[in-house]
Amino acid sequence: MSEEKQQVSRRQFLNYTLTGVGGFMAAGLLAPMLRMAIDPVLQPPSEGEFVNVGLAVEDITTTPQRVDWKIKQVDGWYESEPGRTAWVYKDDNGDIIALSPICTHLGCVVSWEGSEDHPNQFFCPCHDGRYTKDGVNVKGTPPLAPLPTFEQKVENGMLYLGKAIPRKGA
Amino acid sequence: MLQKIYDWIDERIDITPIWRDIADHEVPEHVNPAHHFSAFVYCFGGLTFFVVVIQILSGMFLTMYYVPDIENAWKSVYYLQTEVAHGQIVRGMHHWGASVVIVMLLLHTLRVFFQGAYKKPRELNWMVGVLIFFVMLGLGFTGYLLPWDNKAYFATQVGLEMAEQVPVIGGELKALLAGDEEIVGAQTLTRFFAIHVFFLPGALFALMAIHFVLIRRQGISGPL
Ligand code: HEM
Ligand code: FES
Repeated sequence: MSEEKQQVSRRQFLNYTLTGVGGFMAAGLLAPMLRMAIDPVLQPPSEGEFVNVGLAVEDITTTPQRVDWKIKQVDGWYESEPGRTAWVYKDDNGDIIALSPICTHLGCVVSWEGSEDHPNQFFCPCHDGRYTKDGVNVKGTPPLAPLPTFEQKVENGMLYLGKAIPRKGA
Repeated sequence: MLQKIYDWIDERIDITPIWRDIADHEVPEHVNPAHHFSAFVYCFGGLTFFVVVIQILSGMFLTMYYVPDIENAWKSVYYLQTEVAHGQIVRGMHHWGASVVIVMLLLHTLRVFFQGAYKKPRELNWMVGVLIFFVMLGLGFTGYLLPWDNKAYFATQVGLEMAEQVPVIGGELKALLAGDEEIVGAQTLTRFFAIHVFFLPGALFALMAIHFVLIRRQGISGPL
């Protein structure tokens, strides 16, 4: 920059002022609308509540069984009780495993021994995705991550399930 | 970067004259409040347009949460008003803007009337203006029902009775507006919603475009 005094012409001054005032007004108008639009993105993640799924621990075997239950859901102004599903069994250590049936490929629903050709595995009919009993995806089939596991706790001998927690891909 | 994109487009389709035509158009001295303060009366047309822009923008964002269904309309408005950040402000803008826009429109009309600016050759633009006025009243009437509270319901009831008073076709007119001969309900709400957010804004855009093109062709009427 030169040492000389920088002249701001009348035209420049008016341009800056108009742009400034206009920008300020436009921002004031648009800010509340944009904030309202992005509100869903800024919500804290919902806490999963544990729900009694109606299955006694003593009834859980080493073969995965399908469990269906309902959760309470508040969706904006709409309250409903959508269903949830899990495949539940006891592993060799006697620990309870509750797997989400939502395929980690593109979200279809898997079932235990869903294909006669693949006994002892979870099978997804959409693109022949497969998982071993522990929910780990079989290499060479479309899914890239194991089935999510539900958070769980046992109270008075009954199984309670919470949120399905995704597991890292193999 | 931006300059380059602009140049690339301009080189091909010559867009500069289009916006230059608007940007270089001088504000005549007699309508410039910097010269004669009383010229502020010429601002009301622009202010009406400004509030219409607010209505359209805030309306578009309200539609992200609003549902035109009698079970959920009130709940969705209540939700966006109480739970959504800034929802109260955006609804407030639309709610108060709906009144302010009518006030501005009337002030603009008064100016045109008392200055005799509607006289030849500008009669056509006066007529377009009257149509804009009716469209705006229609927007106010149909929008008022949307929150589906008691005030909305009974105001619409009254408005529909008024339509019914029209000689000969009154009954049909009411059924056409309400979507049912007797009930003010589910079908009324969906109709009013469609009219409010699609039909009338579409008509409003077309009329405003004609209004502005006519102003540019005819110029603003001269000093008194
Ligand atoms: C000059 C233009 C407009 C006027 C005068 C107007 C007027 C109104 C009025 C009076 C209400 C009732 C508000 C209340 O009682 O709180 C309303 C509600 C509504 N308007 Fe408009 N409106 C205009 C344009 C639009 C446009 C372009 C859209 C959408 C694209 C829109 C979408 C809505 C919605 C979704 C509601 C329901 C939400 C609420 O009640 O707050 N409006 N409008
Ligand atoms: S969605 Fe399950 S394999 Fe594609």
